[in-house]
Amino acid sequence: MGVASRIGALVLVVASALFGEAQSAHSQSADLSFGDPYRLLQRDGEAIYRAICQGCHMPDGQGAIGAGAYPPLANDPNLEASGYPIVLVLEGRRAMPPFGRTLDDGQIAAVVNYVRTHFGNHHTDVASAADVTSLRK
Amino acid sequence: MENPGEVSRRQLLARIGTAAGSAVMYQAMTVLGLAADSGYRGPIKLEGDPKGAKVLILGAGIAGLVAALELRKAGYHVEVLEYNDRVGGRSWSLRGGDRYVELGGAAQRCEFDAGLYFNPGPWRIPYHHGGLLDYCRRLNVALEPFVQVNYNAYVHARDAFGGKPQRYREVVSDFHGNIAELLAKSLAQDKLDQPVSADEKQALLAALRAWGALDADYRYRAGLISSDRRGYAKDPGGGLSAEPMPSRPLAFGDLLRSGVWRRLGTDLTYEYQTTMFQPVGGMDMIPKAFGRAIGDVVRYNAKVTEIHQDDHGVTVTYVDATRGGTPRTARADWCLCTIPLSILSQIPLNVGAAMSAAIDAVPYGPGLKVGLQFRRRFWEQDEAIYGGITYTDLPIWQIGYPSTGYNSAGKGILLGAYPFWSYAFELTSLPPVERVKKAVAWGAQIHPQYQEEFENGIAVGWHRVPWSLGCFGLWSDAARREHYKNLCAIDGRIVLAGEHASYLPAWQEGALLSSLDAMTRLHQRVMAG
Repeated sequence: MGVASRIGALVLVVASALFGEAQSAHSQSADLSFGDPYRLLQRDGEAIYRAICQGCHMPDGQGAIGAGAYPPLANDPNLEASGYPIVLVLEGRRAMPPFGRTLDDGQIAAVVNYVRTHFGNHHTDVASAADVTSLRK
Repeated sequence: MENPGEVSRRQLLARIGTAAGSAVMYQAMTVLGLAADSGYRGPIKLEGDPKGAKVLILGAGIAGLVAALELRKAGYHVEVLEYNDRVGGRSWSLRGGDRYVELGGAAQRCEFDAGLYFNPGPWRIPYHHGGLLDYCRRLNVALEPFVQVNYNAYVHARDAFGGKPQRYREVVSDFHGNIAELLAKSLAQDKLDQPVSADEKQALLAALRAWGALDADYRYRAGLISSDRRGYAKDPGGGLSAEPMPSRPLAFGDLLRSGVWRRLGTDLTYEYQTTMFQPVGGMDMIPKAFGRAIGDVVRYNAKVTEIHQDDHGVTVTYVDATRGGTPRTARADWCLCTIPLSILSQIPLNVGAAMSAAIDAVPYGPGLKVGLQFRRRFWEQDEAIYGGITYTDLPIWQIGYPSTGYNSAGKGILLGAYPFWSYAFELTSLPPVERVKKAVAWGAQIHPQYQEEFENGIAVGWHRVPWSLGCFGLWSDAARREHYKNLCAIDGRIVLAGEHASYLPAWQEGALLSSLDAMTRLHQRVMAG
C-alpha cells in the first residue's frame, strides 16, 4: 500500500486538475467505463451502480457479510428519503469511501434514483441534481 | 529580515516549480532538510510488574502482533482473537495452492508455481521506517532491496508517442535537460523578473549545465553528453566497432504535451526514496516471524461480535468465523483493539461518545492488485528491466517487476495492476476472472509478450476483502482535526491501534508505531493502578 494513502489524500485535492485533461480523449467512445482515474464518466444510474456500487453492495443489491458487513440495498427502509443515500454517497461512511469528487451532482442523483427504484425499492419521488447540490458541504 | 539574494533565490525556486512541475521543486526543497524519520525510538521499555494483568488483543495484523510480543514480554497475560486462520492481516502473500474467497463468494485459487508469490497488500518498506526494520532485525526476517525506481522501465500514455512506452531514463533526462536549457537561457539574458547576484548566476549556470547535461553552450541536444544520461542509439562497446552513437532527445513540445512528466518524481518523494526493502520470500515473512515469537496465544477464526467493558474489565464476544454457532466470550482486564474501523464501526462497543464518533469518522479508501504469472521473465530477457515500476495512464496504472530472482531462467510474477480510486472501484466491481483478463489485455499494450507468455493470475480488490472492507483509513484533514486524538486516547479499558491510528496510513510502520504508543500508554495506566 503506501502509495495508496498518498493518492487517497491527493485525489481529494489535485486529482482532476492533474489528470483530467489528458484522459478526456478516452471518454469519447460509447463505452464510458475506465475513462478517467479519478472521476466516473458514466451518467446513467444503472451504469454507475455497475461501475462502483456493486463492488460492495453486490450486483443484486444484497450486500455481503464477512468480519463486517455491507448492508443490502434491496428493500432498504433507509432509502425512504433520498437525502440519506445522497449524503452517504457524497461523504462516505465507515467502509464506504466518499464519492463527492468522483461523481457530480447529476451522477449522484442518477445513481440514487436507480437504487431507490430497483432491488425491490419503489420510491417514486425523483432526486434532482439540485437536491444533491443543496446537500454538499 | 531576509537579504535580497535570499528572496530572489526563493522566487527562483518558485519559478522552477511552476515551469518544471513539483518534481524539480521537490528536489530543490529537500536540500532544506525537512526530513524526519517515523519517530521510532528503539525497543519499547515497559518497566514494572503488571502483576498478572491480562490484555485481550483483537486482530493479529502487525499492530496486534507487536502488542502480543511486547506485552507478553512485559509480564502480561495476552490472548489474541483473529478472524482469519493465519496471522498478518493485510501483511499478506499469496502462493500457489492458496485459496482466497472474497465477499460475494467468488473463490480464486492461486495457481503460481512453487517458490513464486505476490503481495496483495504492502510490498515495500522505506529505509526510514525504523520500527519495522528493527523488528525485522530482531526477528531475523531477511530483507532484500525493493527496486522502486528503474530508469529502464517505462512511462506510458495512450495518446503520446503513438502509444509507444518511453524509457524513464529518456523522459527524465530530456525533461531535465530542456528545463535546464530554458532556465539557463533566461538567466543569461537577465530575463528573470528578480535580480540574481553575479555569483549566484554563475553558480546556477554551472549547476544547470551539470544537472541538465547541457553542452558548453548551455544547450540540451543530441550528443554524447545527453546520451550519457538518456542512453545511446548504439552503446559504447569493445573492439573494432565499439564507438558509441548518440541518441536523439524527444522534442520538448511532444514531451510536454504527452503528460508523461506526471510520472516523474515519485522517487523524489520521501516515502519512495531509495533504499527500499522487501522481505525475502514475501511480505508475510514478517507476520510469520512475529507469530513464531509470540507462541500459542492466537485464537483463529474468531469473529468478534461485541466488545463490552465494565469497571473491572472487558468482555469480548466472538463466534467461529467459518461455522458460526454458539457465541463464546473472552475476558481480560484491558483490550487493545486493532480491528479496522470499517469493521469496528459495525461492532457493538460501549465506549464514550468521542471515541465512538471517531470510529465512525474514517471512510476506507479503495485499492486493487492483480498478480500475473508468466512463462518466462521477458521483461528482463527482452527489455533489460530488472525490478522497478512502469507507470501508465491505462487503468492498470502501473506494472511492478519482481525485485527478486533476477536473471533467472524460470517463471516470474508481475504486479499486473495496482490502481486506486475510479479504476480500483471499476475493477473491483468486476468478477475476479474479468479483472485478470483486463489486466492482461491492458498490460499487453505495453508488453506484447503478455499474449504468448501469460499463464495465470489472481486479483484482490480491497473492498471485497472480508476482513478489511477496504484498503486503508482515508482520513480527511477535517476529520483528523476533530477525531484523531479521540480515536487514539484510552477509553476506560479499551485502546485502539492500527494504521488507522497513525499519520502513516496504509503503511505497516503506522500500524506498528500506533501499537507501541497505545501499549505504552496502557502500561502507564496499569502501573498507575
